[in-house]
Amino acid sequence: MYKILEKQELAPSVKLFVMEAPLIARKAKPGQFVILRIDENGERIPLTIADFNREKGTITLIFQEVGASTRQLGRLNAGESLLDLVGPLGKPTHIEKMGTVVCIGGGIGIAPVYPIARGMKEAGNKVISIIGARSQDILIYEDEMKAVSDELHITTDDGSKGHKGLVTHVLQQMIDAGTKIDLVMAIGPVIMMRSVAEVTRPYGIHTVVSLNPIMVDGTGMCGGCRVAVGDENKFACVDGPEFDAHLVDFNGLMARQRMYKPNEHDASQRCARHGGEGECQCHSH
Amino acid sequence: MSLSLKKQKMPEQDPKVRAKNFAEVALGYSAGDAALEAARCLQCKNPLCRQGCPVEVNIPEFIKHIKDGDMDAAIGSIKNFNSLPAVCGRVCPQEEQCEKHCILAKKGEPVGIGRLERYAADYARNKGETVKPVAYKADAQKVAIVGAGPAGLTAAGDLAKMGYQVTVFEALHLPGGVLMYGIPEFRLPKEIVQAEIDNLRKLGVEIAVNAVIGQTFTVDELMEEEGFNAVFIGTGAGLPHFMGLPGENLNGVYAANEFLTRCNLMKAYRFPECATPIKVGRKVAVVGGGNVAMDAARTALRLGAEKVYIVYRRSEEEMPARKEELHHAKEEGIEFRLLTNPVAVLGNDEGWVKGLRCVRMELGEADASGRRRPVEVPDSEFELDVDVVVIAIGQGPNPLVQSTTKGLETNRKGNIIADAETGATSKPGVFAGGDIVTGAATVILAMGAGKKAAVAIDRYLKDKKNR
Repeated sequence: MYKILEKQELAPSVKLFVMEAPLIARKAKPGQFVILRIDENGERIPLTIADFNREKGTITLIFQEVGASTRQLGRLNAGESLLDLVGPLGKPTHIEKMGTVVCIGGGIGIAPVYPIARGMKEAGNKVISIIGARSQDILIYEDEMKAVSDELHITTDDGSKGHKGLVTHVLQQMIDAGTKIDLVMAIGPVIMMRSVAEVTRPYGIHTVVSLNPIMVDGTGMCGGCRVAVGDENKFACVDGPEFDAHLVDFNGLMARQRMYKPNEHDASQRCARHGGEGECQCHSH
Repeated sequence: MSLSLKKQKMPEQDPKVRAKNFAEVALGYSAGDAALEAARCLQCKNPLCRQGCPVEVNIPEFIKHIKDGDMDAAIGSIKNFNSLPAVCGRVCPQEEQCEKHCILAKKGEPVGIGRLERYAADYARNKGETVKPVAYKADAQKVAIVGAGPAGLTAAGDLAKMGYQVTVFEALHLPGGVLMYGIPEFRLPKEIVQAEIDNLRKLGVEIAVNAVIGQTFTVDELMEEEGFNAVFIGTGAGLPHFMGLPGENLNGVYAANEFLTRCNLMKAYRFPECATPIKVGRKVAVVGGGNVAMDAARTALRLGAEKVYIVYRRSEEEMPARKEELHHAKEEGIEFRLLTNPVAVLGNDEGWVKGLRCVRMELGEADASGRRRPVEVPDSEFELDVDVVVIAIGQGPNPLVQSTTKGLETNRKGNIIADAETGATSKPGVFAGGDIVTGAATVILAMGAGKKAAVAIDRYLKDKKNR
């Protein structure tokens, strides 16, 4: 069992857990992820490691409630435990001194960008961060990102905070203004990552994205997370999750992410039938 | 009394009924059946059957105990050689091993050794076994086992009995390897695997799940920092092969590993009570002709598919699957499209599988392996109407451990190079066995490798201590 030491609500439906996980904390590096399972009937869910503390033996996980399992997860409290937690998984981010690194996080994707931005800063890079959300009230990690960035830009779709519009607008303005950029690192919804790739492609700016396909084991044994990168099929769980954005087949990735939409709908419906929002018991008997 | 030339029949679920459930197909012998079958054994002075068993179970001895009605002695005898008899009695290809060598096979059917082993193991489990834990000495040496599949569990059990302090590291949340995620419930009930693993735990073997060696710890860290004196690597052949077909990334295309893992390990057939989903095909094509292909096809049927095809590029004669599994699959209504090879997966506008384009094959000249090579028949393309495709053309070695261990040599295919007799690798103190060395093979061969490695590890550690 893996204990939840602390729980915070960062935004409506976005929760943060600090987990007791000394073995994972000892090894975790920016860019890596874990897989968790809530209980005996639970599914295996991949989540990026948003932060880690080697001395305290803890890792931080941030997740958005988007379906039956994440809603069930969101109802757990500090002091309760997860049945399974495995990691660190995947390849760490390649961090070295490159010059100027633009770190872009969209929505819940800001959480996994944070340790990368911190690592890039510690390696001596100039870090420019662009974080975006639909609206101010679901914008997370603003203070944390500010602390590790030389410059922080905020965008919201509705203009409730910072620049009104998309992260790619700010990136484009930066490029137009002649900012020298050595690497762009982008994590967020696939559609956002694809847009970032399209912005940087004509300028030949090296761009890395962290992919979030469906996973089961997370150790390379099933191929469920396969994604076409250049001429090859890669397993995101062991070959990634980070890849050269200019080589990724984003459309294929988006199609595969929809594979279980009908089933997810079933699961959520079932939850609703079993007593409505916040009362779901269907995975805990 | 004349000796029956036929094996005592084992009762089975009716094919029509069992094609709709995940319960075990073969129901096992009754006490009467077992006694009659045991009486067929000639008790050879020089028993050839033992030579066919990779873990050298004393077959005539345990069969004699069954014949005499002394079941405790029977299971005791088996357990001296085999830690997982309820598993082996069910999934070993006995026709190629012990039973192939049985003298009765010259005139009729061999003794049903597998069925008797299964009977003895089930008897013991149902009665409630008592396992006496091994008492470790204070100065017991520590051995790490990487991977809790058949090879690792066998090595762990044998080393524990020799007095070593054994820890098994398993990447998944349950131990058992292919016994848990690969072989379906209807051939090998998971409760039975669990019971055999619990016995190992009672013996004193520690099993650490959710530990990915290569990530959580490296092999070097196990030896240099965690105090293990020797390591056995039994990580199997868990890397699925795809065919590189156009359309292979469409929704509805699975590697057999994923399809079976969702069903067996994650119990997707109980969705949404169990949270892992699976796409239940209306019509399903399984590509391949091995046991994994049979398992996937029979699983698809039980999930509720109307029609399930096995698509195989050679003929039935060349199929690597066990005859028994082939027979079971046919009985349940699986359709065989032999001498057929897929060339493309076809998709609809939403990115879902809508068909499999295939080409007919014929058998040409024998290749290097002696099997006749399939060649395409020109202009013979046709389409199978399917909405799920499962690729079951084989697995390779997962590279995670090899790529993170200093000085561990691998061959061209990425398998670990290890001595066939001892399992010793190029790295001192590190042994390996099972599919990670041989490529995908059988449960019992992996167990045999685990057994030999345990003996070799014991010798290595004693030599080292005395030096």
